[in-house]
Order: sequence, then C-alpha cells, then structure tokens
Amino acid sequence: MAQADLQSRLAILADAAKYDASCASSGSTKRDSRSGGIGSTEGMGICHSYAPDGRCISLLKILLTNHCIYDCLYCVNRVSSDTPRARFTPDEVADLTMAFYKRNYIEGLFLSSGIVKSPDHTMEQLIRVARLLRETHGFRGYIHLKTIPECDPALTAQAGLLADRLSVNIELPREQSLKQFAPQKNVASIRGAMAGLRLRIDEAKHEKARSRRAPSFAPAGQSTQMIVGADDSNDVAILRTSSTLYGSYDLKRVYYSAFSPIPGAGAKLPPVKPPLMREHRLYQADWLYRFYGFSVDEIAQGARDNAGMLPLDMDPKLAWALVNRALFPLDVNTASREELLRVPGLGVKSVNEIVRLRRLQRLRIADVTRLARSRASFRPFIFTTDWSPNAALDATHLGERLRAKPQQLSLF
Amino acid sequence: MRVASLGIEADFEGWRTAAREFLSQGVTPENIAWRVGNVRDLFADVSAEREPPPFDKSIDAAPMRVPRDFLGLAELVVCHADEGRFALLYRLLWRLREDHDLLARTTDDDVFRARAMAKTIRRERHKMEAFVRFREIADEDGALFVAWFEPEHHIVEITAPFFARRFASMRWSILTPLVSAHWNTRDLVFGPGASKADVPGADHFEDHWRTYYASIFNPARLKIGAMKSEMPVRYWKNLPESTIIGPLIREASRREADMIGAQPTPEPRRSQIILDRMKKTADVKSSAAAVSGHNALGALRAEAAGCRRCPLWENATQTVFGEGAAQADFMFVGEQPGDQEDLAGRAFVGPAGKVFDQALAEAGIDRGRAYVTNAVKHFKFEPRGKRRLHKAPNAGEITACRWWLEQEFDLVRPKLVVALGATALFSLTGLRGGLLKMRGSRVASQRAGEVFVTVHPSSILRSGDEREAAYAAFVQDLRKAAQLAA
Repeated sequence: MAQADLQSRLAILADAAKYDASCASSGSTKRDSRSGGIGSTEGMGICHSYAPDGRCISLLKILLTNHCIYDCLYCVNRVSSDTPRARFTPDEVADLTMAFYKRNYIEGLFLSSGIVKSPDHTMEQLIRVARLLRETHGFRGYIHLKTIPECDPALTAQAGLLADRLSVNIELPREQSLKQFAPQKNVASIRGAMAGLRLRIDEAKHEKARSRRAPSFAPAGQSTQMIVGADDSNDVAILRTSSTLYGSYDLKRVYYSAFSPIPGAGAKLPPVKPPLMREHRLYQADWLYRFYGFSVDEIAQGARDNAGMLPLDMDPKLAWALVNRALFPLDVNTASREELLRVPGLGVKSVNEIVRLRRLQRLRIADVTRLARSRASFRPFIFTTDWSPNAALDATHLGERLRAKPQQLSLF
Repeated sequence: MRVASLGIEADFEGWRTAAREFLSQGVTPENIAWRVGNVRDLFADVSAEREPPPFDKSIDAAPMRVPRDFLGLAELVVCHADEGRFALLYRLLWRLREDHDLLARTTDDDVFRARAMAKTIRRERHKMEAFVRFREIADEDGALFVAWFEPEHHIVEITAPFFARRFASMRWSILTPLVSAHWNTRDLVFGPGASKADVPGADHFEDHWRTYYASIFNPARLKIGAMKSEMPVRYWKNLPESTIIGPLIREASRREADMIGAQPTPEPRRSQIILDRMKKTADVKSSAAAVSGHNALGALRAEAAGCRRCPLWENATQTVFGEGAAQADFMFVGEQPGDQEDLAGRAFVGPAGKVFDQALAEAGIDRGRAYVTNAVKHFKFEPRGKRRLHKAPNAGEITACRWWLEQEFDLVRPKLVVALGATALFSLTGLRGGLLKMRGSRVASQRAGEVFVTVHPSSILRSGDEREAAYAAFVQDLRKAAQLAA
C-alpha cells in the first residue's frame, strides 16, 4: 500500500490522537543536555501552544497507526469506522519529534497507537520509537507512552525504562459500560495493568532512594482517562471510580474527557454535543477530593437533588456548602486550615496565605479579598474583625445569587 | 535628591550595590531617583551639583541582613518593565530594617505589588520558554537555530540559561528588540538588540507544525477565552501557528454540526472479517487456557478469577486465590488480601505476609508444604487520598466467599487447617469472637474437621511495644501446629 506524504499522514494521525486529553509534561526527573544529548525536563511542564479549544499543546501527540482491530464504539479509529487510515514508521516519528523539539514547538512525545496484529506487537512498536529517541537521538525530553493493557508485562517493563509517563485508559466509569461500548477490552486487564505499573513504579522509587544510580521507571508516574457522557453513569459513580483508581494505583491524574462527536460515528453511539461544563465540574470535584480533604460522599451531597449529577451552574464546593450552611460562617482568624479549605471561593493557595498572614495580624475583609483573588463568593461564608454576613448566609436565594451567570461564548 | 544610574534594565547587582550604599548613608526612599543607562530623568538637573561621585564598588558597604526571600523576590522584580521597580525594592528594603516580618505581610501595598510583579515575571519567563520558536539555518559551521521574540519585560537574561540547558548541543540565538542571547554550545553571550528582519523568513517544518496544530484541535470544544488567557494575543505575531487560528475558529461550529448531523456511516467490509478472526483467536485462547488449568485447583482458580458472588470485585484489582502445594500438609487461612496482595494478585506478599513467612520458617514449617489462602478473596477497602484503608469483610461477604474456601479444602485435603484471625475462624467454624481464648487449640469445623486457631500475622504489626512478645507467641502457636500435623 502506497504511503501518502508525511504531512497528510500527520494530519490523520494527530486527528486520531486528539481525543486523549492528557498533554501533561510535568513531574518527571530533572535532567538536561549539558552532559550530552538534547533536551531537558525541569519539573514544571511547558505548554508551547494552545489550540482554540483552550487545550494546552505540550507534546507531539500522535498515533503510530490508526489501523485498529478493536471496535470501541466511541472511538474514531475503531475497526468499523470508515475513517482514512495511515501509519508512521518508528523512524518517521522519531525524526519528526526531534525536528519539532529543536524548534521549541514541544516538550516531547505522547505516542499511542491503534491495536495492530496483537497487543504485544503494538507495544513493541511504541517501545521501538522511544528507544530510537533515547538511544539513537540522545533525546532527554519528555516521553509519554500509552500502554496496551493486554500486552506482555515484560514489554511494559521495557517501556517504563524509556518513558517518563505511562498510561492505561480506564475508558468508561463502569464495567458494564465497557462491555457495551468496548467489547474487546475488559476491566480486569486494565486494572491489572495499572496494578502492575504501580508495583514497578514503587519498586523503582524504593531502589532510587537506596541508590541514585538505580534506573528510573516512569518517573512521572501513570495516569488514565475516562470518557464522560458516552454511557449513562452519573457524576457520583464517576467520582467513585476515579477515587478508587487514585487510591489503588497512585495515579498522577485521572483525565475526564467529554464524549465528543467524531467523524464517521456509528449508529450504536450517535454523536452529541460534548458535555464540556460537566467535564469541568468533574475536574473541580476531583480537585476537592485530592487537595481539599473532601470525601466523595461529601461531594455527593451537592448532587443529591439531581440524581447523582453535580449542578452545572455552580462549582461543587459551593453546592456542598449550600447544603451544609450550618457549618458556616467561619471566623477567618481562628478557623483551622481544613475548615477554611471548605469555604467556597477560597483556593489552596489563598488558604495557605491566610494561615500564614494571620500569625502576624488579624485579618480584615479587605485582606481576604486581596489574598483570594476571586470574585467575592466567600463573603457569605466567613466573618472577620470588620465583616459579618449576618442573614445573608441563611437567605433562601443565596444559591441563586452565587450561581454562575450563563455566558455567551464570544465570536472571534 | 540622589540619583542612581544602573547599567542595564534588569541590573540586579547594580541596584544591590547602590541600595547598600544608600542604606548605609541613611538615604530615605523618597530622596532617590533610579534610572537606567544614560536616560536623563526629571531630577538630573537639580541633582547634578549635589551628586556625589559614583560609588566605589570595591568598598563593600556593611551588608544588611535581609530575609532570603527578599533577594529571590528582588531578582525577579528588577526584570519588570515598571519604572518604579527599583524604588519599590528600595522602599521594601528600607522598611525591612524596622519590620523583619514585612515580606510575610502579603496584603501590605508594597509587598502585594512586589509579589504581583514577581509573579508577572515568572509567568513571562515561562511564556518565553514556551513561545520562542526557532528557525533552522545553515552557515559554514553547520546548523544554527535563530528565534525572534518580543518580551514585555526584561527577562532575556534570566531565561536564556534555560535554553542553554535544554539545547546544549545546538548553536542558537534568540533575538529581541533590546538584547540578544547567543549560545555556541559552550558559552552564553548577550549582545545588543536586533530586529525581526535579522531572522530567516521561514522554516519548512512550520508547515508541519501548522498541520499538527490544526489536526489536534477539536472543533466541538471551542473555548476561545481559555486559549487567549493562556496564550495572550500579544504573542501571536511571532507564532507560526497563529495564521490558522482565525480560520479554525470560523469553521469550528460548521464542522461540529456536520459531525452531529451526519448519517451513521456504513461499516467497511474488512471490519467484520477482522472481528470474526479475532473472535476465533479468542476462542482458541480460552480453550487453551481451559486445558492448561487441567488440574482441579487450577480450574477452580480460573473460575474464581471472574467471581461476582459479592460486590467486592467491583473496586478490587483481582481475585487473589490461594496458592501452594495441592497435597499440602497445612492449609493456612487468612482474612482477605491487603493492598499489596491486591496489586500483585498473590496471597501473603505484603507486610503481614513477610511476618508470616519469617514465623513459618522459625517454626520449622516448609512453605512448600503449605497452602495459603484467605477467607475472602477480594480486597475490601475505602479509598482515602492516595491510600486504601483496609475494611473488615462483613458476614455476608465471608459467607459468599466460603464457596471457594470449601472447595479449596476439598481439593487440598490438608492434615491441618490453621485459621489466622477472627475472620478465618468465623468462615471455617461460624464462631464469632473468643479468638484469644481459642488460640493455640483446635476447634471443630463442620466442613474442615478440626481447625487450629491462632492470630492473624497483621495483629503482630499492630501490637506496638508488645511486638516481640506477640511475634514469639505466634511462632509458638505455629510450632504447636507443626507438631499436630506431624
């Protein structure tokens, strides 16, 4: 089969990769090229561009091939789709990565692939690209490899020595949905792969603590992605799944990806407008769970009047606070850090600053406003030496007042 | 009025030297005019006569002790384009003499402003690392990478080392209106400013980059504001991809509507062929797996892998089945797999398993003669942040899982069954509580004849100061068990 030119294949294989939300390039080991090779990672990821969808472009995110023998109904590359197909050779991917990298377009490569021939064969191809980059090109930038859950664990072991991050996608929140929409995948092998990765990552960290020369294994950890809105799982079910995954496999991130229309969708899963606001609320809830000390059960309180769905017109912390008004108002000058983290409109950074500043002085409302750098949604929930919300907190219309105003997207 | 002339825009060392001098002379902040280069300022004339000779930099004025944070802050603030930056820093320094906690007063006007400026610089530096775009040209020495960049603040000097670390083996130049940075693979050199015309007009990889940019964009997720807030429009003029942003936005809603409105596409013919072939391979594999599980215990293990007899499978990684010799002398029954066991898929490999192995060896029991398993085969837990908190299985779960335990017993037929802890005891005998009274002795079990009772090895890990005694007692129990089975 004749291969089209590089440019048109790039168009196909980038298009095929864009439904994977992750483009993170952070959290790896610190390294640079002063001792040889080319490239660096310095901890913080860099977004080299932003697409008009507001998403960061940090990595060259492509598929090695979009030929696939699986038939996942939500996927543009499923075997039953009539999408145009293309493939790169491992050398082409390595060369393109280097050319982009040297021009400072990217932090590195996020390589995934359709399943061709077998999971093992596919994984071997991905590893070949990573090996070319690391060994032939001396590449020290960031590499994220998608891991095929069904492949031989020995291949995963090789991949982790070359890549900064590995990821196995959970795809859908519930086993039943996976059966329905991704018949060739199964949740046991997905979780098994994540568990295997966790054991290897932990072991490598342990070795590294004993000897700095011990090899790194996926130093930026593992992540996963869940599609939101393809099946009928509610938000609480999604959050329960993701909290279990975080706890079980020490994931760096669970990405929520609003089910998005694809060209050439099949009849079994017709395209709809992607639930972007829902996706946003899930990320906020995920943050509450990971950084604000909320349990999923608490977050679920904000969703209880709505069949397990988080309200779209307010953030999940505000939704929780409105059903827990008895806990407020809090005295900013005496409340604990844990309590302050629960005040709507106060983020982790602001709370840390409040706690630091109040060791020196008593805070007034102007201080809080300055530190919070947000619209004043916290005002009904706190009091300070010169501010008290009085009856505002108990007002029945408080929710109405704090709800986000619907915003018209501006035309360009 | 005193005047301080600084060499370059982001002259941190110059500012520091001058500030020390002023401070040692007690010059108040209002009485200093800070200026850069040869720009004459408002006070130049009035101060000309009274201006003292330039500072003698060889005489180091007695350094004042400042919080370490202040230097970090000042190094960033001097890069800001705000003309008041040097005065602001000196005012902070002046006030720090009286108030050592000043920098922690983050809502103070001066501190707030300085921190905001530092934040701007950090962001601007980060954006420079992100948005510099090199073009490749060739000269007599080979490839050379050149970029044109227009920063809003004076950040080239503090940002260039990043590029030297990243592209150490490449020769590169970054040109900006006020200063240029050059790297020859060994040294970083700064030179005068340049103009956009000094940079080559194109690089053919820019077409590939635009192709990539266009293809990675999802038209169904248009969020222009988010893009502009992270990639402010002022950077666009030097980004090769910016030429296609307009068209991508204009076509987005039509492309989305086309996708949503499209008729379902027919499946290509090869699709069914591939799926049929895969199904055949899967069938062959599963029958091969059935053959490989030819012994009864293997078959039971394979069956248990898909267990749905209680809801615990939903959150666990896998069924952790028993393992060991099929004709073992001992069958040890624990409670349930823990975190490590769940990840590895093997019983007794976590911390409690290590204690168990050690005690077993000390009691003279060969692990090869033992079959180890659990009363409950899935890990029950509560996720808590990055950890999973163990939760004891309830009677319903234990009862559901007894189905497997009884079959394991029937197949292994050990000389002695050992219940490790209360859950195993309940599963095997139906007895609730009284573990400590029964330990070291045998109790009757309907299905397993007699069961020898001892504690679960994890209780030793939890026994704190008593740990040694607890361990010794456990080994003692195991020795007894060994005698009983002999």
